[in-house]
Amino acid sequence: MPLLEARGVHGGYGGMNILNGVDMAIEANEVGVIVGPNGAGKSTMLKAIFGLLTVSQGEILLRGEPIHNLPPNKLVQRGMGFVPQEKNVFPSLTVKENLEMGAFLKPGNVKRMLKHVYDFFPPLYDKRHQPAGELSGGQRQMVAMGRALMAEPDVLLLDEPTAGLSPLYMNEIFERVKEINAAGVGILMVEQNAKQALAIADKGFVLAAGMNRFTDTGAALLADPEVAKSFLGG
Amino acid sequence: MNELVFFINNVIVAGSVTGSIYAIGAIGVTLIFSIMRFAHFAHADMMTFGTFMVLLLTLAFPGAGGAVGLPTPIVMLPLAMVLTALLAVGIDKAFYKPLRAHGVKPIVMVIASLGVTLMLQGVIRLFAGTGSQNLYLAGERKEIYRLDVPFEMAARPIIVTEPQVILFLLTIVCVVGLHLFLNRTRLGKAMRAMSDNPDLARASGINTNHIVAVTWVIAGGLAAIAGTLLSLDVTFKPDLSFFLLLPIFAAAIVGGVGHPYGAIAGGFVVGFAETLAVFNWTVLLRPVQHLFPAWLEIPRNLAFVGTEYKIVVPFFILVAILVWRPTGLFKGKVI
Repeated sequence: MPLLEARGVHGGYGGMNILNGVDMAIEANEVGVIVGPNGAGKSTMLKAIFGLLTVSQGEILLRGEPIHNLPPNKLVQRGMGFVPQEKNVFPSLTVKENLEMGAFLKPGNVKRMLKHVYDFFPPLYDKRHQPAGELSGGQRQMVAMGRALMAEPDVLLLDEPTAGLSPLYMNEIFERVKEINAAGVGILMVEQNAKQALAIADKGFVLAAGMNRFTDTGAALLADPEVAKSFLGG
Repeated sequence: MNELVFFINNVIVAGSVTGSIYAIGAIGVTLIFSIMRFAHFAHADMMTFGTFMVLLLTLAFPGAGGAVGLPTPIVMLPLAMVLTALLAVGIDKAFYKPLRAHGVKPIVMVIASLGVTLMLQGVIRLFAGTGSQNLYLAGERKEIYRLDVPFEMAARPIIVTEPQVILFLLTIVCVVGLHLFLNRTRLGKAMRAMSDNPDLARASGINTNHIVAVTWVIAGGLAAIAGTLLSLDVTFKPDLSFFLLLPIFAAAIVGGVGHPYGAIAGGFVVGFAETLAVFNWTVLLRPVQHLFPAWLEIPRNLAFVGTEYKIVVPFFILVAILVWRPTGLFKGKVI
């Protein structure tokens, strides 16, 4: 049974469908990457999984149990973490307080997980008493991912974690994503930097117009000349 | 020296009293704004309601204060705070929550709160009448402390009353308590988080409905404190809110909307500004009259505005601050 599975998901905002039947499945030891042109419904799919928009048709399963249209706080309880692309930190709270909020539902975890996250993202330890709004883009992304990890999720959804970051930070973030996955957290992320992301992906999902165009392993998609021509810029 | 004592009594003491009341009220307004993003116009009527509860409880249990050596209304205040907090949560459930669920614009919420204002005022008038009432019932006396100034030339004492002393103490307790709550407790931090970014708060598993309820409880409780202590200082009137609404909103905006420390600072700025504006400066100038040329006679009453125009002061402060610093003293969220 896959950790996270989506079957024929339809959904969108205010009656206008953006997703027209998306299928996806990842295992706990896998990194899944969603790529595709602008407006293909990549971020929308992630939001649909995390209960931020209504799924009108199809189903989403976490460990075989249906979870579509559950509110986000219920999904956090069930072991799902979500890092939005923008506005993914609490700017006026300190780094430490941001992380504490991630473990809001598991207050017993705070001490242990704080140490864990600081070990994982050492720059955050030095900045722990600074408001997160004062950090650079890359460090903010670390805070955002750290916050989601505080709840010890089984599956982590990342919406364009490298958007707007320098190539140096981009590689750093991808490294971290692999490490998080190696620690037993399933990853599903949306990426604009498609080539680099597919290189670390176990599964790749190429979306277009709200539907799966190609679904294969990351390596196979990178090698596919048709995918390269239409979606990876040659 | 007598002039200095006069200044202390009429500006320092009076300004601190007004400032404390505005500050406690403005904290509620600013918290509600930071969590629900609308200007809650019925806030001043929650203050009146809290005071009205104190009045009812005092009438029901006269002399309860005598047993512990405090004015009865003060003894009844905790219970009135609970009742006001319940009212606040109830009003939210009945009127604001359904609107929020529809995702209406903030202006709709503001108009709804105006409706709640009228409703609350009507209810209070229905039961309390329209006249003013003393919270000190017959048999209880407002304790007045006369503090002698340890200077030869000072013949007059500094005067503070018992409710004023209680007000100062409670203000300190509220401010310190709020600070600790917002910075040290899990719930307080979650409240700040929700104010920063409600979507991310939800994505972190914070139950935002719960935070909203906590906000109303705090705002309601503080409103009861502010209203009651104001009424103890003067008298209870059903239309108290009209004189409070503008200054507490001015205080919240002056301090930076959505910023609790700003609300406290703003409360004192507006409170002292009002007091200084109506203060009769002649008293201070009279001893130095011999320094002025003979043709310059100091008028008998040299105040910036007459007492009856006190209400324009918050307006003036508001406009001045918004021109000079549009986000308020502390950096608040621009409306």
